[in-house]
Amino acid sequence: MANEIQYTYQEDNLVRSEPNKYKEEELRSTEVVINLGPQHPSTHGVLRLEVLADGEMIKEVVPHLGYLHRCFEKHAESLPYNQIIPYVDRMDYLAAMNSEHAYAMGVEKMLGIEDKIPKRVEFIRVLVAELNRLASHFVAVGTYAMDIGAFTPFFWMMRDREHIQRMLEWVSGARMLYNYIWIGGLFYDLPVGFEERCQQYIRYLKPKLKELEDLIINNKIFVERTANVGVLPRDLAINYGVTGPMLRASGLRLDLRKVDGYSVYPELDFDIPIGEGKMGTQGDCWDRTYVRVLEIHESVKIIEQCLERLTSDHKRTRDFDPQQVVPKKIRPKAGDFYIRAENPKGELGFFFRADGKSDIPYRCKARACSFVNLSVISEIARGSLIADLVAILGSIDIVLGEVDR
Amino acid sequence: MSAEEIKDLLTHTLEGMQVEVDDKAEPKGIKVPPSQIKPVLQELYQNPSTYFDMLSCITGVDNGPEENIMEIIYQLYSIPFNLQVMVKVQLDREVPKVETVSDIWKTANWQEREIYDLLGVHFENHPDLRRILLPADWEGHPLRKDYKHQEYYRGIKVEY
Repeated sequence: MANEIQYTYQEDNLVRSEPNKYKEEELRSTEVVINLGPQHPSTHGVLRLEVLADGEMIKEVVPHLGYLHRCFEKHAESLPYNQIIPYVDRMDYLAAMNSEHAYAMGVEKMLGIEDKIPKRVEFIRVLVAELNRLASHFVAVGTYAMDIGAFTPFFWMMRDREHIQRMLEWVSGARMLYNYIWIGGLFYDLPVGFEERCQQYIRYLKPKLKELEDLIINNKIFVERTANVGVLPRDLAINYGVTGPMLRASGLRLDLRKVDGYSVYPELDFDIPIGEGKMGTQGDCWDRTYVRVLEIHESVKIIEQCLERLTSDHKRTRDFDPQQVVPKKIRPKAGDFYIRAENPKGELGFFFRADGKSDIPYRCKARACSFVNLSVISEIARGSLIADLVAILGSIDIVLGEVDR
Repeated sequence: MSAEEIKDLLTHTLEGMQVEVDDKAEPKGIKVPPSQIKPVLQELYQNPSTYFDMLSCITGVDNGPEENIMEIIYQLYSIPFNLQVMVKVQLDREVPKVETVSDIWKTANWQEREIYDLLGVHFENHPDLRRILLPADWEGHPLRKDYKHQEYYRGIKVEY
């Protein structure tokens, strides 16, 4: 029925569905509760922050999540392993390739076929994942600059990201949500001419990265805005389970690509940048952004090596089939598995429980890096100014699709 | 350090400890009774030979009304030793409750809230046990195997 009323409005609906943690009547006379979001451009999606402020100082930040909750884990209870991949894409929609890679690796490990994957497939996977990592970091740095008032970097970053999206569209048919990496293989081999196009792009990109550093990283206004703001000490970061560029900015050289050495990463040469507190304190907002920019350089290095290998030892051949080890039936043996991988935003983990009788996971849980990274915000925002809250939130680099799943 | 060695370590340091090794898990896991989970995790966190300083993930699993068991699974990671272990605890499904670990690892605060929200496991002494993903006035805990969603939420039909 077209005229059916869909939503019964009652005045206290919002209060009952998501009540504030701090009640008006319990506040001291100098304290005030300020509500930021859920519809606010600097929250990168739909996130509501309840800020308890004393004058202009933040005493506590209480994030209210769930506005983008799409029941990933509930859906995963009723879908076969290979049909979960599109849902995994939609978690971290800025780095879908990386999530797919982690998920596919996990299921392959459960099936015990992780050694049978052809080398060319592995190199293509790493290549597209690193391209997607570039795109994700471009968004992180670009939107961060826009959050704190600089508009140009956002356009420049989007321009460079657009090339990656078009290339990945050429590969998979979709700009953001690919469903390209399959369990045991790939949807297709790379299109003819992709390697050359990618090399051209890298040649184009390198001078642009220099421009990026001049435009944002060493910009005096940017440095003054972000240095010594939102400092996250290393021990606190570990205790909060913070991973990825945020943890590395706090000075711990931990990268699961090196530590676990999954896929073909052991064969590739790259460094792990960490924050050193060059412009202020170790682990401040500037360090987090700088680590991302350094990681862009490392990803470019990895892409170049992948392209080199894909055009020499693992060249395209006429009889190469990227789906030759794709299993017809995905039925892992019973047991519990936990698989983790390094996403652009941190450690993405999948917990699987297989019952050994069906091709549907009994339980599939995603350990989302944005969710865990966001939980530290009340700790690092405490004591800073309200104006700095947006700078701190942007430097965490959250994707609400992954926070809420 | 393997799961067997961790088991030996725990039985040596803590008295009256009943730890089992779980071979079916990857990474290797240990099973602990619910009353002893807090001291076990505290020991694994503090002991200089294990030093599990990062709690990667907490998962809650409901095994359905027939088995009448709920499980909480802790993924621990030791950064200095590059060691992973899975610690499992089985709870009574009728009154699922377990001691919180959010005073050891602060990351447990949100992850336990998520499990409380989706599975209805009660974490004792948790500082802030509220729903996190679903609205505060949602009925039921969706990841339970016998979950039936409510018919209407605020006049919106839930069934699609």
